[in-house]
Amino acid sequence: MLSSLTPHLPVLQVVVPLMAAPLCTLIGNRHLAWTIAFITALAAFVVSALLLGSVLDGSVISYHLGGWAPPWGIEYRIDAANAFVLFIVSLIGVLVLPYARQSIEHEFEASTHTYFYTCYLLCLTGLLGVAATGDAFNVFVFLEISSLATYALVAFGARRDKRALTAAYNYLIMGTIGATFFVIGIGFLYMVTGTLNMADLAVRLAEVGDTRVTRVAFVFILVGMGLKLAMFPLHLWLPNAYNYAPSAVTAFLAATATKVALYVLLRFTFTVFQFDFPVQELTFEYVVMPLALVAMFAASIAAVFQQDVKRLLAYSSIAQVGYMLLGVALLSEAGLTAGIIHLFNHAVTKGALFLAVGCFVYQIGSSRLGDLKGIGKTMPWTTAAFVAGGLSLIGVPLTVGFISKWYLIQASLQTGSLWIAGLIVASSLIAVVYVWRIVEVAYLEPAPEGRANKEAPLAMILPTYALVAASLYFGINSELTSSAASQAATALYSATDLASEGAAQ
Amino acid sequence: MWDEMTAEFFVGHYNYWMTVVLMMIGLYVVVSRGNLVKKIVGLNLFQTSVFMLYISMAKILGGTAPILTDNPDEVYSNPLPHVLILTAIVVGVATTALGLALIIRIRESFDTIEEDEIFEIEQQMAKNATSSVGDR
Repeated sequence: MLSSLTPHLPVLQVVVPLMAAPLCTLIGNRHLAWTIAFITALAAFVVSALLLGSVLDGSVISYHLGGWAPPWGIEYRIDAANAFVLFIVSLIGVLVLPYARQSIEHEFEASTHTYFYTCYLLCLTGLLGVAATGDAFNVFVFLEISSLATYALVAFGARRDKRALTAAYNYLIMGTIGATFFVIGIGFLYMVTGTLNMADLAVRLAEVGDTRVTRVAFVFILVGMGLKLAMFPLHLWLPNAYNYAPSAVTAFLAATATKVALYVLLRFTFTVFQFDFPVQELTFEYVVMPLALVAMFAASIAAVFQQDVKRLLAYSSIAQVGYMLLGVALLSEAGLTAGIIHLFNHAVTKGALFLAVGCFVYQIGSSRLGDLKGIGKTMPWTTAAFVAGGLSLIGVPLTVGFISKWYLIQASLQTGSLWIAGLIVASSLIAVVYVWRIVEVAYLEPAPEGRANKEAPLAMILPTYALVAASLYFGINSELTSSAASQAATALYSATDLASEGAAQ
Repeated sequence: MWDEMTAEFFVGHYNYWMTVVLMMIGLYVVVSRGNLVKKIVGLNLFQTSVFMLYISMAKILGGTAPILTDNPDEVYSNPLPHVLILTAIVVGVATTALGLALIIRIRESFDTIEEDEIFEIEQQMAKNATSSVGDR
């Protein structure tokens, strides 16, 4: 029976969470709803692992929705690049759920928990759908499914702090503008090509050539996705949304949402536009690269001055998005590989860090630096996990952060820009400062009188340590991530003009 | 004064001009208004302009609805963008509903829906949190 399901794996990935989401609300019992959500997330993870396993050799799975052949029907097209993204998203999705069950008990009333799981599954559906689909308009639909669920998830934090509501509202305004820009871009592409299938678009855009419409379409898509992935200076929604959302939501979003948006940008840049157009090269060289470099410094420096650990990590996320974009903007296969590796590594690292902060919030009810004095003595395990994540953020050897920076610096040296490599190292040093601020408060300051030596519950510690272990494991044995990332980069890159240029040189 | 080509260019692209105008008005309202409900109105205008863009591009002069008739030479509009926009309208309605729901919650907890007043309250909250840490 299972083998008959195998050809349908690409769509099951998306349909199962979509079906399970309303079920959580209808059932009305939060324990049952959690069980359904967990089984669903686990199923999505197994499917994505199977998919990743079957495309790592460079093959492509094409699934025709409803039996309609592309380009007329919607096609789900799985190659190494999106299988890798699917794997990351579903991995985080399954790890955060047991954690969320504990942490939301503290954060809002039990009667709303079933809604929480519904939103969570819808968000997961949307993110997986965006990654799996090969249809440009389908990307928009799934993007909005995940975004709408995300706005609601952020607003769940209103029980703890009412500022979550305004954060969610601003995120909604910015996110909708971003998504609408994206649709305008797709509309222009449809005008000149008459197709929405990405593979078909690529062929026809090459025929259309470099016209003003294609240039405008590209820029609209870049800005739209830039808003969604918090590209500096379009990041304004991010610090508040991450800060006031419930802990589990912050960890889930930080590790997945921006990464999926980045994937869409890569997919359009390299697969759909194929890098045929001079405007793309110019945009990446003279707009994206400088902005990425500014993000690395400005956001890191802003992180140093934050008083709240969650907010500090949010600013650091913006800086890390800068590293990913920098890798891409180097416009070489090595750079793209570095960007994709960092996408995975940062998902693991930031996931672990936000989960650890969530443990603090669970025990002491705050994530402000002033309240975390001496936390290293009262919650040694959580703090140790946090420090491990922090080291990875800096890029200390034996952590995934080191692997990312290693690839990134190598890629920038390859293109002959020594100064970029220097800037990467310099901005990592700022990361040392903001991580040290937390370490200093946690270990060197005395704990306030009367705080019990009590760890967060095991259901929260274990997922945190799972991600910390992943960040250490993939930091020592980077074979799986680097081969998957380079395979993904090849899949994205091989179709482009740049690759043939490179081969000719 | 106008030579014929230009006049035709302007009149012939009437829908697209209106799309641009609506889009800019919508974006301007979102950015400039401090009232949260007005922002949502601006957002709706902005989205509507994109709906118009899609619907205009599919329209063929003299074309009918894409329904199978006995006449094989029937000229009909392209139904695909229209269907896409149906989806986009649903997304837009959902976004508006969620936005308005958030505004109701904001009004309940902040007692205002003016952005600058909310900003002031939030600043005050941040200041209180800092000073309470300083006391310890």
